[in-house]
Order: sequence, then structure tokens, then C-alpha cells
Amino acid sequence: MWLYRLFLYLYPAGFRAEYGEEMTAVFAEKRRRARNIFQVTAVWMEAVYDIIRHAVPLHLDALRQDLRYTLRSLHRAPGFAATVILVSALGIGANTAVFTATDRVFLRPLPFAEPNRLVRIWESPPGYSRMEVSPPNYHDWLTMATSFDGMAAYARSSANLVGQGDPVRIQGAEVSPVLLSMLGVQPLLGRLFSPDIDVESAARTVILAYSLWQRDFGADPNALGRTVTLDDQSYVVVGVMPREFLFPDRNSDYWTTLQISPGNAQDRNNNYLEVLARLKPRVSLAMAQREMRQVMTHLEAAHPVENERNSASVNRLGDEIPRQTRLLLVALMGASLAVLLIACTNIANLLLARGMARRREMAVRSSLGAGRERLVRQLFTESLTLAAVGGAVGVVLAHAALPLLSRLVPPSLPIAPATSVDLRVLLFALVVTGLTGMGFGALPAVRVGREAAAAGLRESSRGGGLRTQRLRATLVVIEVAASVVLLIASGLLIRALMEVRSTDPGFQPQGVLTARTWLSWPRYATTDARSDFYRRVLTEVRALPGVQSAAYTSFLPLVMGGGIWPVEMDTRTGTRAQNETASLRFVTPAYFDAMGIPMLRGRDVSDADAADRPFIAVVSQSFVERYFPNQDPVGRTFRFAYFERIIVGMVDDVHVRGLERESEPQVYLSHQQVPDDGLVFYAPKDLAIRTAGDPLSLAPQIRDIVRRADPAQPVSNLRLLGDIVAQDTASRNVQLRVLGTFAGLAFFLAAVGIHGLLSFTATQRAREIGVRMALGANKSGIAAMFLREGIVLGLVGVAIGTVLGYGAGNAMGALLFGIGPLDPVTFGGAIALSLVMTVVGSLPPALRAANVDAQSVMREA
Amino acid sequence: MGHTKSAVEKHLPLPLATFHILMCLAGAERHGYAIIQDVAERTGGDLQLSAGTLYRSIHRMLEQGLIVEARRRPASIRDDERRRYYRITAFGSDVAHAEAARLQRLVQLARSSGFAQGRA
Repeated sequence: MWLYRLFLYLYPAGFRAEYGEEMTAVFAEKRRRARNIFQVTAVWMEAVYDIIRHAVPLHLDALRQDLRYTLRSLHRAPGFAATVILVSALGIGANTAVFTATDRVFLRPLPFAEPNRLVRIWESPPGYSRMEVSPPNYHDWLTMATSFDGMAAYARSSANLVGQGDPVRIQGAEVSPVLLSMLGVQPLLGRLFSPDIDVESAARTVILAYSLWQRDFGADPNALGRTVTLDDQSYVVVGVMPREFLFPDRNSDYWTTLQISPGNAQDRNNNYLEVLARLKPRVSLAMAQREMRQVMTHLEAAHPVENERNSASVNRLGDEIPRQTRLLLVALMGASLAVLLIACTNIANLLLARGMARRREMAVRSSLGAGRERLVRQLFTESLTLAAVGGAVGVVLAHAALPLLSRLVPPSLPIAPATSVDLRVLLFALVVTGLTGMGFGALPAVRVGREAAAAGLRESSRGGGLRTQRLRATLVVIEVAASVVLLIASGLLIRALMEVRSTDPGFQPQGVLTARTWLSWPRYATTDARSDFYRRVLTEVRALPGVQSAAYTSFLPLVMGGGIWPVEMDTRTGTRAQNETASLRFVTPAYFDAMGIPMLRGRDVSDADAADRPFIAVVSQSFVERYFPNQDPVGRTFRFAYFERIIVGMVDDVHVRGLERESEPQVYLSHQQVPDDGLVFYAPKDLAIRTAGDPLSLAPQIRDIVRRADPAQPVSNLRLLGDIVAQDTASRNVQLRVLGTFAGLAFFLAAVGIHGLLSFTATQRAREIGVRMALGANKSGIAAMFLREGIVLGLVGVAIGTVLGYGAGNAMGALLFGIGPLDPVTFGGAIALSLVMTVVGSLPPALRAANVDAQSVMREA
Repeated sequence: MGHTKSAVEKHLPLPLATFHILMCLAGAERHGYAIIQDVAERTGGDLQLSAGTLYRSIHRMLEQGLIVEARRRPASIRDDERRRYYRITAFGSDVAHAEAARLQRLVQLARSSGFAQGRA
């Protein structure tokens, strides 16, 4: 029988209480009449089936009733309903929105086969945890390492695509033929590369990314087999990859097979390959890491100069998320949870207040036979209904925020940004909505249920009951504390952004237009051919009205941070030791002038610094400080990029890697002083034009000039140097906008919370106030009493929030760019704002309390 | 009888179990298990109400006012404290009459179509 009774728990409580005993009796009767084991089994089966069959409709009946009742009671309190829906929409919306980003970056498996077994392998020489791999080291790894089912290398590349409309610059990668099949993705059209077909002797082949196929090939299925020209080479299109295939990053347009020149194949100092491998099924990451370190120990023994103290590091592909991105997303999750917490406490407070007002209603229903469980169920139906509507509005809000939030997924990851709220996100929103509804519904429901059960029809006492009041005060303190934490966190980010923005990049971005003309090989393989192109372009550009100076460089600062080479001093030829590196850039004359980089000593690169003259270098101040401290650098020599260079000038330092990052010292070389077909990657391609007028108005003329110099040459990245600098802080801007929005919400909600609590208290205590006034208390005294109450709550919240805020600031350390986690400006500001909020929230109810008409209140009493 | 036609017709057609319960309560007040047995007897064992079906029907019929719980229980030696007795209301009787009339019209229509024996 106990088992049968247990099954009855599937029924709604009310129904069970009403008929449970009788149903048990009926069951007992049937059971008694069963004569043998088969009949007993039949009775049991029938009984269980019967219970399950009716449980669902009975619950639905109850739900329907509750919903009807809920809609009626909410209809009577539209202001209350709207407030709760709005507040829960903000909380749920914030979490759903952040989830769209965190889901993409952290949770969703990468869109490759068995992504957990895919690892990246890096060299890690002293001073670098991850460095690209040199071709000979990669080849040794291929033969020596046993932890992997496959290993492949790739190098990011770009090329001029000619013949599909205007010439364009596209980005992609040269990959080992096995790489695409190792990722386990099937092509949309055609085939992948094959180590058997796509060998060096065969015709060159290219696979197109979906985006390029759509954009420049009109999604033409006949693109397969077509011959295209990439950097003056003919390639046959053999495949098109599906839309979701983004490798190595979101901007990849095409893949060709990796060609390693005989020179590069021997050079262990030329680190430019990225290596991807697939772990064998039973090999752990740690095992692979151990093996790769051993391999590097062997390679150091075999090549002690180039591989001095060199090692290797193995990381899961999915874990290669930039630390800042990771930290930022965690911070945003915390912030959105705080907003949700505040929203929940706020609504719980509203419900408690409403529950107090509805005591009589509950008592009446209770005396009419509704059990406590029934009332609690009713209240939960109410809060879940409100949360559901709020959740729906929240999803709409999250959808509206997607354009901003998709920028939180860095384009360097092989992950598509969220373009819509998909099923996963909806499911998440549903769970959050459910938890929210339960969260803010639980406290009030339990409380009201208990009181209703206890009170019966007894006239409810005035005032909220001391315990409920205290509970509500605690909720307000939590709200204030959470909003203080968010204020501090976003305040720290604002300060950091200001600090970064005020960083001097080392050049003058105002009035400078930039463009990229990436010259193609082998047409521009000779230094003379390139010099001719630069001369034709620069001569015409300098003749344009308003242009003050113009020059070419390998890469503009902030656009490309790499290009780091070892610096070899006379005494230690050939060794690569810690931090003895500098960034390498080839420039045409007048580059420093065009960029506004101050010349501190000596002279600029000049047209006379030709290939047959001594190889010169202009170096940055930090280079001199590191290698020639307290000396006149002019005339000194060092080895760099294969040759001995003699210093002719010194310029100010530039933030090459970014405003927030340490940059290596800079070395600028004459664009003519490079052997033919050498250092292809560093051939000058970025044009900087300083003008007195509106820089962007020059754009069409720049295109014309380049077309006249070479009709097959694309012009890309036409933009202001100022925009490049702004772009450098763009991700901070996004972070700040999202976190700032959350802090604003929290701030607003906390103010509403304080206001709501005090307003309610004022109403509840109207009689007490009347008595006090009758006994001689004046208005200002009453107002002060309420204000004091609000301020005490505010202060407690601020105190707790400040401590937590310090913790949050510490955790965000890496995002703060030199701002301490105890930044006095931020803390002072956050505390002051919170106190203002407390006073503003408390003042109206305090004044209302002071204006209570003592006479009428006393008369009512 | 004071019940409006529309209030009665709102309940038509009656669920089968509900109609059987009303028929069974027409003669006497009965408790739950007795209803099950009575229905089984009347239908020659064709309709065996399960406990769930019975009490869910009773629950709804109470709400609809078709039956009420009997205050006074029939004096009987075998009466069990737990047992509750149900009685048909005047309204319940009206509804049962209306349902029977509806079924009668239906059978007449079936006859005229040749689906059932007897005069149309």
C-alpha cells in the first residue's frame, strides 16, 4: 500500500488530499480480490498506468486555473506586472546576451571533427611562451614525435586576386596538404588537398572559403576547375569549403598548399610556421607536452646555436583563447549574474510588499479550503508567468544587443560570431527564466504560504511583521552591494580606457591617410622593380595638393605587431638570447616625417642608401638604451636580418604592438638594401600620406595613381591613421559599453529597490507617524528618520560592495592597464554615486511620510 | 426546474464515465468503490472504471455541480469512516436527462440512415 501511496504523489496535492484515501481503499479492494500472482500483477499495472494517465491532465487543470487566476490578479495590478516584467527582462536579457558570446568562445565545441584532440604546437624560446616554428624544426618534429596521429603546418598568407572584377587583396593560408583533412571537415564542393595529388610538381591548386566564393565568384558552382591568378601565379580551384569552416581565423578567404623554399627549409631562425596536430586517441595533453620537450632537448643538442634553450609548448586548439578575452567574458558573466541577482532581489521585494497587501485575500482563499500548498503553487504560477513574459522580452533585448556582443568574439578565433539567437541560447534563456521565476518567487511564496496557513481569517496585523521587514532590508543591502561592485568594475575599466587613450603612440596620427598595396611575387621579386613602383607612386602622391609627405613601410605600427628578429652584437655572433630582439621594418625616405615620429639624432634613410652602399639602419631610442647605453649610437654596427648594419640615425619609440603592450625596440632599414627575392614578407606595402587638407578626399586619386603605376595592383585598407589608433582601443570600448550598461542597470534597479522599500514602510507606518506627530514630532524629524533608515541600508551595502569590488578589481588586473585595483578615483566615484543614489531613492518616500496628515490617520485609527 | 437550457447544454455531450456515474447515482447515494462495481454490473463488465478515471470525474462533477457529497450517510453496519458518499443534484439530473434526449435523437437519426434497427 505504501508503494501505491507513493505513486499518488504524482497527483496535485489538493487532489491527493481529497481522494487519496479513497483511491487507496479502492485499490486495496481490487488487490484483495486478485487470486493469483498474474491477477495481482494486472491490478498493479492497471493502477500505475491509471495514475500516470490522469496525473498530467490533473496538473494541467490546476495550471489552467492558476493561470486564469494569475491573469485576473495581474490585470488588477498592471503597474506591478509591468515593473516585474521589465526588471526580469533586463536580468534575463543581460544573461542571455552574454551567453551568446560565452557559448561561442567557451562551451560550443569547435566546428572540427573531435576538436578535443586537436592541439597547437609552438616553439618556446626564452622570453616567449609561444613562437611560430621554423621549417627545419617542424620537419624534425614530424619525424621524431610519436604522440600524434597527424601533424600539419600552415602559414598565414595573402595574395592579390586578379581576374574576378577589380583586383583585390585577399587573406588566407598556405597549408600542408593533410591539414584540411586532419580537421575532418568535408568540402562543400570539389575536394580537399591530397598529399598524393597536390605535390610541388603539379599544377598549383586553391580551395576557396565560402565567403570568398560568395563575394567574388558569385556562388557559381562552375567555379570548380576555373583558373585564377593569385599574386601573378595561376591556380586551379579544386574545392569550396562550407560556410562554417573558418581556419585559421574568421578572415580566411582561401587555402593553397604550403611551399617551403630551399632557403627557408634550412633556416632555424626563421619562425613563421604555425603547427597543428591531432593527438593519438590514448595520448593525453600532458604526455604530448612531455614528449615535445624531450624532442626539443634533442634538437637543442643537435643545433646548439639556433635552438639554444629553446623548448616547445602544446595547447589544445580550443584553449587558445586570448587571456584578455577569457577574462573579459568571465567578468561579463559575473556582471550579468549580478544584474540578474539584483533584478531577482528587487522583484522578490516587490512580491513581498504585494504579498503583505494580499494577506487578506490569501487568508480568505485559505479559509475556503485552499491548502497551503495550493496557495504556494498559485504564487509560483504568478512569478513564473511574470518571469516567462520577462524572459521573452529579455530574448528580444538580447537579440537587439547581438551586433555589439558579437564583437566580443575576437576574429582571431576560428569561430563564427553569433548572428541570431539560436536554439541553444533560447534553451539557456528558458532555464534562466525558470530559475529567475523560482528565485524571486521562492521567498515570498514560502512566507506568504506560511502566514496564510497560520493566520486563517484572523485580521492581519499591521506592519509587515518584523522578520519580513528585516528580510526586505537585507535584499536592499544585497542590491546596493552588487551595484557598487559593478560600478567599481566599470569605473576601473573607464579609467583604464582613459589611460590607454592618453598613451602617446609615438607618432602623430592626425591628418594621415594610409593605404596598402601588397606587391605580388615574382613580379616584384627584384628590389629594382619594387623601387620603381614606390618611386612612381610616391612622386605622384607627393605632387597632390595639400600632401606634405608620403612614404612606404613594411607594416604600419598597430597593424602588425610581429616581424621580430634577433639582434646579434659583434661579440656574440649568431646567438639568440633572451630579449635581444627588435622589430624589423623597411622604409622609404621620409617615413618618419609622414608619420610624425621625431628624429632624435643623425639622419633619415635616403635615396642614396642603395644596394651597393653600406647597409644602414635607423634605430629607436629604446634600441640604443638597450644595446648602446650612454653612447652615441651613430656609426655603431650590429648584425640584423642576415647583414651587418651601421646606425645612421635614432628616432623616438613607437608602440608597434599596440598602445597597451610592451613593444620590442625598432629597427628601420632602407627599402633598397635587401637582396633580390629576400625577406619577401617585409617588402614595403603600407603607404602613409600626411596632408594638410581632408585626408579621405585623396582616396580616389590614390587609387588612380596606383592603377597608373600597375593596373593589376589592388589598393586595400584605405583608412585614416587615426582610425587605426582608435581601432586599437575598440575592443575596450565594447567591453566598457557592455559592462557600463550592466552597471547602469544595477544602479537604477538598486535605487528602485530602496525607493520601493521605504515607500512601503512609509505606508505601513502611517499610523505610527500620525501618533508621533500628535505627540509633537515635526515634519523634518519624520523625514530625517526615514532618510536615516535609507542611508543606513545604503552604507551597509556600500561597505560590503567596496570590499567585493576590491576583489573584483584584483581579478580583473590584466584588463586594467596599470590602474591599481584600489584606484582612489574609481572607488571615491562609486561610493559617492551610490550614496547619491541612496539619498535620491530615499527622499521621495521620506517626504511623503513627513506629509502624512496626522489628523486623518488618527481618525481612521 | 430552474436551470437554464444553456447552462445544461454547456455540459453536453457528457463524457461516457460521467454519464454512467450519474445513472448509477440516480437510484441511491453511493461511495466510490460501489460506483465502480455498479457501473461494471450494469454494463455487464464492459466498462471497468479505474480509480483515477472515477475520482477525476468526481472531482470535475463536484466542481460543475452535477453531484454533491452526501452529508448524511446511509445507516449501514459495514460503513467505513473513510468512505464518502455522493448524491446527484437536481442540476445533475437535468443534465443527465438532456444527455439521454440527445442520445435518443442521435439513435433516431441513425435509424433513418439504416444504421440502427427499429422505426425512424
